[in-house]
Amino acid sequence: MTINPDLQGRSYPAAEVYDVGREKIREFARAVKATHPAHFDVDAATALGHPDLVAPPTFAIIIAQRADAQLIEDPEAGIDFTRVVHADQRFTHHRPIFAGDRLVAELHVDGVRAMGGGAMLTTRSEIFALDAAGGREQVTTTTSSILVRGEGQ
Amino acid sequence: MSPTFSELSAGQEIGSRTLEVSRTDLVKYAGASGDFNPIHWNEAFATGVELPGVIAHGMFTMGAVVQLVTDWAGDPAAVMDFQTRFTKPVVVTDTTGTADAGATIEVTGTIGKLDAEARTARVDLTVTAAGQKVLMKAQAVVRVS
Repeated sequence: MTINPDLQGRSYPAAEVYDVGREKIREFARAVKATHPAHFDVDAATALGHPDLVAPPTFAIIIAQRADAQLIEDPEAGIDFTRVVHADQRFTHHRPIFAGDRLVAELHVDGVRAMGGGAMLTTRSEIFALDAAGGREQVTTTTSSILVRGEGQ
Repeated sequence: MSPTFSELSAGQEIGSRTLEVSRTDLVKYAGASGDFNPIHWNEAFATGVELPGVIAHGMFTMGAVVQLVTDWAGDPAAVMDFQTRFTKPVVVTDTTGTADAGATIEVTGTIGKLDAEARTARVDLTVTAAGQKVLMKAQAVVRVS
């Protein structure tokens, strides 16, 4: 199985909405061994000036990986999920993610590079919060590179 | 107690931490994140795809080590940018049913760079497991008042 080089420059539009719930923030925070009260206690978060619980700095990976799944599961892409290794990751927060946010992600394939028998794929998710009026506000940009290992890699 | 910009200097250490990781932690992270790749919970599967054993999600390690930074900053929302490269896998041995850790991750944070205009500090994290650096260029940019 080989990676389709035509993926470069491809975009996947924002699909389903991700509703950020308080319990999900708490569950994710526990899973990364976070203890800061702003992830767990609404009063502690509002005391810091936030509208609701604050998501941990890497929480956006949930939304980004859902967006990535569109690409990984795309039969045209030629990606063997079991041979995927995460190579790098970045989060740029234009504002924090809070409980109550309704988020969507636009996925962009920024790079496809052959590496040995495998390939390095760089993707970027632009994550936006939807407001009640139908507008959207840029929240987080995530970029990630995954290495799809070839045989023997 | 949040840091004060004027009291920071490049090279200053913000602290260090030891994180014990078990297979249960990986299952919890899989559930919380939605990343159910079996290389993070099934030994036979992991070795079958030529990995040394079950490995931690890179995103588990990245998410766990940044707690040193958020606790130092006093507000998780102060972390404006966070990036890393994953250089070595963290192999987590099966210690289910015992009190032993399956892996131990050591993290140390140092002020790498200060931006007086933006009032931000870049915290560089050194992250090791089993004596090897598992993250490279692990950098968090933090807003400091």
